[in-house]
Amino acid sequence: MGVVALFVFSLLYISPGDPAAVIAGDIATAEDIARIRAKLGLDEPYMVRFGNWLWALAHGDLGVSIFTGLPVARLIGQRIEPTVALTLCTLIVTIALAVPVGVVAAWKVGTWIDRSVMGFSVLGFSIPVFVIAYLLIMLFSVQLGWLPVQGYRSINEGWWPFLSHMILPSAALGTVYMALIARITRATMLDVLSQDYIRTAQAKGLSSNQVLLGHALKNASVPIVTVIGIGIALLISGVVVTETVFAIPGIGRLTVDAILRRDYPIIQAVTLLFSGVYVLINLAVDMSYTFLDPRIRY
Amino acid sequence: MSAVPAALAAPRSVSPMWRGFRDAFRRHPTAILGGVLLLVMVAAAIAAPWLWTVDPQALSPVRRLKPPSGEYWFGTDMLGRDVYSRVVYGARVSLTVGIAVAILSTVLGLALGMLTGFVRWIDAILMRVMDGLMSIPAVLLAISLMALTQASLENVIFAITLSEVPRVVRLVRSLVLSLREQPFVEAATAAGTGIARTLVRHILPNTVAPLLVQGTYIFASAMITEAILSFIGAGTPPNIPSWGNVMAEARSLFQIAGYLILFPGIFLSLTVLAVNLLGDGMRDALDPRLARRM
Repeated sequence: MGVVALFVFSLLYISPGDPAAVIAGDIATAEDIARIRAKLGLDEPYMVRFGNWLWALAHGDLGVSIFTGLPVARLIGQRIEPTVALTLCTLIVTIALAVPVGVVAAWKVGTWIDRSVMGFSVLGFSIPVFVIAYLLIMLFSVQLGWLPVQGYRSINEGWWPFLSHMILPSAALGTVYMALIARITRATMLDVLSQDYIRTAQAKGLSSNQVLLGHALKNASVPIVTVIGIGIALLISGVVVTETVFAIPGIGRLTVDAILRRDYPIIQAVTLLFSGVYVLINLAVDMSYTFLDPRIRY
Repeated sequence: MSAVPAALAAPRSVSPMWRGFRDAFRRHPTAILGGVLLLVMVAAAIAAPWLWTVDPQALSPVRRLKPPSGEYWFGTDMLGRDVYSRVVYGARVSLTVGIAVAILSTVLGLALGMLTGFVRWIDAILMRVMDGLMSIPAVLLAISLMALTQASLENVIFAITLSEVPRVVRLVRSLVLSLREQPFVEAATAAGTGIARTLVRHILPNTVAPLLVQGTYIFASAMITEAILSFIGAGTPPNIPSWGNVMAEARSLFQIAGYLILFPGIFLSLTVLAVNLLGDGMRDALDPRLARRM
């Protein structure tokens, strides 16, 4: 995380353009700019500025947007709800679908079910998220007219408006993630199913459901959860694109706007935020190992 | 069953690795399909000017937003440019980015990985940096790097490479760490072989196969990342017709001219699919133990 902070800070440090000149405006003299630089602490050496920045960060101060002049923390606060909603929807649906699909594929290995799951998985890896998104819109919104094309409705406006605006973005965002999880579930399940204790369980006369879920899936859960954690990176990059396609006013959309306007404090804060979430989730994943596999201790 | 005597009768002169390749490709028609598809794309990219294309940048206000027809196979965009020509020329950009990133990140990752695997004090420092870079999601890292620099093809390649390198370093490092404990490396050291020679003659050849597979996957993901970067406006400059750019320009028009997104999207997906199939085939061929599982 230290490296991330240093990298993200350096991003702002070496970014072209002088914030002081921007704040001072067009008619400022060189002395004005120098005074503002001193006031903002911009004339300090690199490490001092890094220290100040870390200190501000610890107090929840992410800086001020160059373009709008609003505090970045507030901008992110306004935009966080749609992003969280979209990510959670995708996460729940994907895991609920991908894990059973992977289990069935491993159980019926070599059959047409297995083959179609693997085929879908390769396709899911290959089609970029925005292409899937547009294909879905063209089919379900433009051709069939079942679902709204774009936009976002808060959950406060009722369940159906919220869900109907969530289905297509979640489906588009979840495809790659689902392909990844289904694939790793199948692979680890195949591994586990060839173990001796599975044969013992079957010999004891347990039903295939009991063997699959009670014995096999439980032992396969550590690699699966690991990939669910790593795969969050895919979701994060997907969110940026999905929100653009579906015009969802979330953090992803904020990022894209910031890129177009070269609003570095926002890009910096978003990178930091997403990386922080990513690291925290993977920490939680590491800690969940002790529950999933009591042999693992820290 | 008849395959067994044929395999036994195979001439001794064929190296085991090559034989593994050949047999596996025979067993995996999807990999061949991927390879052929990729070759077609590469050929199309090289031969772009001779494939009934016009200047992909030629503007023509009178023929704006024409749907696909006999004259304009994939239609025209809002500036009257021929989408077919832009897509065929776009293959050059996407494939260049993919290949360049794959080669650069593999070579760089190989060098750094071997270094960290053998020189312990560098390992401690470098791996912390790599861990840090890896904790930033790859596309986000590329986005922030692109936000810093001018939009150009070289910078796109550089940004994507930097976000792919840590994973390669990790892979090479773990390979080197397990290889250096192998008896044949011990034997080489015991026989008085120097570090440099051990690295080049004994460690390096054993990293080739996994790296080849990894490089193929990087090739595929680099093309997707390039398209994502261009699509959100942080990638290849708009005057270069990459697949991502063609789609980005059509973003606001997709309801009236869906074909603007459809055709580059199909080409991009097919190419990435081809590379992925090839990668899966190679992995199966080079690592039979993994082949059963994945």
